[in-house]
Amino acid sequence: MSGVLIAEQSLNGLQFGLMLFLLAAGLTLVFGIMDMINLAHGSLYMIGAYLMAALVQATGSFWLALPLALAATAAIGVVLEVSIVRALYARDHLTQVLATFAIILIANEVVRLIWGPQPILLAPPEALAGPVELVPGFQYASYRLVILGIGAGVALLLYVLVARTRVGMLVRAGASNREMAVAMGVNIRLLFTAVFGLGAALCALAGALLGPVLAVQVGMGENILIIAFVVIVIGGIGSIRGAFVGAVLVGVVDTLGRALLPALFGTFLSPQYASSAGPAASSVLIYVLMAAVLFFRPQGLFPARG
Amino acid sequence: MLEVSKVSKRFGGVVATDDVTLSVAKGEVHALIGPNGAGKTTLIAQIAGSLPSDSGRIVFDGADVTDATQHERVRFGFARSYQVTSVFKRFTVLDNLALAAQARSGSSFSFWRPVAAERALIDEARAYAEEIGLARKEHFVAATLAHGEQRALEVGIAIATRPKFVLLDEPMAGMGPEDSQRMIELIERIRARVTVLLVEHDMDAVFRLADRISVLVNGRVIASGMPAEVRANEEVKRAYLGDEVPA
Amino acid sequence: MARYRTLVAGALLAALALPFVLRATGHDFQIVFAARIMIYAIAAASLNLAIGYGGMISFGHAAFFGGGAYMVGILAAEGVHSAWLAWPAAVAVAALAALMVGALSLATRGVYFIMITLAFAQMFYYVFVSLEAYGGDDGMSLAQRSGLGFGLDPSDDITWYYVVLVLMVAVLYLLHRLIHSRFGRVIVAIRENESRAEAIGFPVYRYKLACFVISGAIAGLAGALVANHANYVSPSLLHWMQSGTLMIMVILGGVGRFWGAPIGAFVMLALEETLSGSGVLGAYSVHWQLPVGIIMLAIVMYAPRGIAGAFRGRNA
Repeated sequence: MSGVLIAEQSLNGLQFGLMLFLLAAGLTLVFGIMDMINLAHGSLYMIGAYLMAALVQATGSFWLALPLALAATAAIGVVLEVSIVRALYARDHLTQVLATFAIILIANEVVRLIWGPQPILLAPPEALAGPVELVPGFQYASYRLVILGIGAGVALLLYVLVARTRVGMLVRAGASNREMAVAMGVNIRLLFTAVFGLGAALCALAGALLGPVLAVQVGMGENILIIAFVVIVIGGIGSIRGAFVGAVLVGVVDTLGRALLPALFGTFLSPQYASSAGPAASSVLIYVLMAAVLFFRPQGLFPARG
Repeated sequence: MLEVSKVSKRFGGVVATDDVTLSVAKGEVHALIGPNGAGKTTLIAQIAGSLPSDSGRIVFDGADVTDATQHERVRFGFARSYQVTSVFKRFTVLDNLALAAQARSGSSFSFWRPVAAERALIDEARAYAEEIGLARKEHFVAATLAHGEQRALEVGIAIATRPKFVLLDEPMAGMGPEDSQRMIELIERIRARVTVLLVEHDMDAVFRLADRISVLVNGRVIASGMPAEVRANEEVKRAYLGDEVPA
Repeated sequence: MARYRTLVAGALLAALALPFVLRATGHDFQIVFAARIMIYAIAAASLNLAIGYGGMISFGHAAFFGGGAYMVGILAAEGVHSAWLAWPAAVAVAALAALMVGALSLATRGVYFIMITLAFAQMFYYVFVSLEAYGGDDGMSLAQRSGLGFGLDPSDDITWYYVVLVLMVAVLYLLHRLIHSRFGRVIVAIRENESRAEAIGFPVYRYKLACFVISGAIAGLAGALVANHANYVSPSLLHWMQSGTLMIMVILGGVGRFWGAPIGAFVMLALEETLSGSGVLGAYSVHWQLPVGIIMLAIVMYAPRGIAGAFRGRNA
C-alpha cells in the first residue's frame, strides 16, 4: 500500500466529497427550510451535466459553457419550483415523494428523447487534460485539482453567504424555525424560490464538473442522490456545516474504502471471498457509517432544528 | 397516590418548574391552579412523562415512575386527558373508547380475531359512552362531535384505560355553562373510583369539586391545602390580582 | 355490505375462470401477464400495509422484495429448488432485513425516516450486486421454477397462475383479518394520533416495528414469486426505483384502501403494457415512462386518494 496511492485516493475522496457537498447543500436547505423531500434534486444534477455537454459542443469552450449551464439549470429549477414544487410544500411527505419521483421519470425520459440512451461525452478542458506533479513522484490529474479548488471556493462562498450575510441569516432562521421566520415577515415565497434555484445551480455545477470524471448518462442523478441523502442524515438536516462535514466524511470514507478494503480483505481472506467481500464491504461502508451516526446522534452531527 | 418531589425543569435560561413538591392523596380530587405562565403545562408534562425532568422524583402508588415512558405509566394505573383535544378523529366514539379499553385488557399483539367480535370490549366501551353522556352518539365519528362532546370523549378515553389516577388537563377548556356543568357531573361520577388531579382555570368547578387545592405560581407551589385555607391565603390573592378568586 | 360481498365473490369467480377464458379466446400470453399482476398486487399490498395503514413511508421495500427474490435465486444456484424450503427462506430473509432496517429507522420520523429507509435499502442493493458468484450486475437465471410437489408442474402457465392466485387470495385475506384485529386497530390509531396512542398505553415503537416486519415479510414472498415468474433475478428488483414503482401502484390504487393494492398493480402494469407494447406510442414506445410519469404526477397532485379512494364508503 503505497503512500502515493493513499495520497491520491485521499485527494479523490476530498474532491468527491466537495462535489457531494454542492448537492447536499441545496438538498439540506430544501429539507430544512421547506420541510420538503425532493427526489428530483438528482435530476437537476443530471440536467446540469447534459446541458454542460451540449453547451461545450455548441460554444467549443468549457469555461464559457459552465456559467451558461449553471444559469440554464437554475432557470429550469425556478420554473419547476414555481409550477409544481411550490404546490407541494403544503402537502404531506408521501405526496412530495411521489410527485418528485414522477419528475425523475419524466426528466429521465425527456433526456433520453433528446440525447438518446447512451452515455455522452463530456471532456475536460484541453489545458487541464494532463497530470500535474504536486510533489516529486506524485502526479495528480490537474483537472481534478481544479475541481477541488472550485469546490472549496464555492463551499467557502456558501459559508460566507449563510453565516455572514443577511440573506444567509434569513435562510438559517427559516431552517431552524419556519413559522417564526414567516411571522417575522420574511418573504417566504421568494426565499423558497431563491433557495431552490440556488440548489439547482449547485447541482449543475457538480454535474458539469463531475461529467468528465464520471459518466454523463441517464440515471446518474439517482445514484448520487442516495449518497447525498446519506450525507444529510449524517450531517443533520438543514445545516450547511453539517452538509459540509458529512460530505467530506462520506467522500473520503467511500473513496478510501473502495481503494483499500479489497486489498485489506485480501490479506486475510482467500482470493475468491476477497474479490466479492471487498467491493461489497466498501459499497456498504458509508451506510454502516450512517447507521453508526444514527445510533449515537439520531439528529445527525449538526442538526439545524432546535 | 402521587408524590411529586422537588421536580424541576429549565429551558435554557428559563426555569419552568422550580423544586415543585406536590402530593395527591388516594381517592381525593386535588386541584392545581395558577395564573398563566405559572408552569402548569410543564409540570403536567413532567408528571405524565412526555417531558423528562431535570431533577426530582415522581412516585406513583409507591412506584418510582420518574423515568418511565408514557405507556409504562399507564401500566401503573396512570392516565391523563389533554387540554387541546387529542382524540382519534376518524374513529367513532365507540371505537375511541374500545381502543382505550383494549390498551388495558389483554394483549394487542393479536392478529387474527376481529375486534368487532369482542363482545366484552364493545360492552365496556358502551358503558363508558353512557358514562360520558355520549350513548346516543356512540357511532358518530369523533370529528363530527360538538366541542363539549369532544371534551367529554377526551376524558372518556382517559378513564377507559381503567386508571387508578387521572390527570385532567383543563377539561373545561372552551366550554359554555351547560357543558361545564355536565363535565362537573362526570367528574363527580368518576371520583368514587379514581383519584383525580384536576388542572383548571374554571374556579367555580375547582371550588365545587376539590378536596384540596395547590397553587402554582412562577414554577413554585406557593400554597397547598383545603379550599377555604387557599382562598384566604394572602399570597394566593396577590398572585391572582385581577383573576377571580370567589369570595 | 351484501353488495360488496357479491362484488368480491364475483371477482374471485372471475379470477378462477380467467385462464380458461383466455385460453379459449386465444389470449394465452395474458395468462402469464395476469400472474405477474397478482405478484405485484401482493408486493403492493405489503407496502400499503406499511404506508397506508401504518403511516410509515418506506422507500426501502425494494430491499425486501428483491431480497426475497435473491434468496430464491441463491438457493436455486446452490441446488435447493423446493418451494417449501426456498419460499419460507425468502420470507424469513425479508423479515429479518425489515427488522434491521425498521429497528434503526423507526426511531426517526418524517423526512429522516424516508431517507433512511431509502439509504438502507440501497445498501442491500449494493451488497447483492457485488456478489459476483450470484450474477453481480447482470443478475442470474433460475434453472427452473421452484418445485411444488403434489404432482404440480410450476412451469405450466395455468398451474403457475393458480399457485399465484391462491397465494394472493391468502395474503389479502390475512391482511384483511390483520387490519380488523386488535393489532390492526392499534396500527391505524397510531397513524391517526401517535402521541395519544402512546399516552393510553401502547408502546408505539414496538407496534410500528411489528407492522414493518410483517410488511417486509409479505414483500419477500412477492419477491420469491417474481423470481420464479421470470426464472430470473435482476438486481433492479432491489433498486430504490423499484420501491418507487411499488409506491406508484399503492397511490394509484388508493393509499390505505384495502383494494388499493391489487387495483393499483393492475392499472400500473396494464398501463405499462399498453404504452410500451402495443402501437399506442408508435416509434416512441421505448419512452413509455414519460406518459406514466406525467399521469403519476397528475394523480398525485389532483387525485391523491387514488382509484379505490374515489369510491365512497368506509375503509375496508
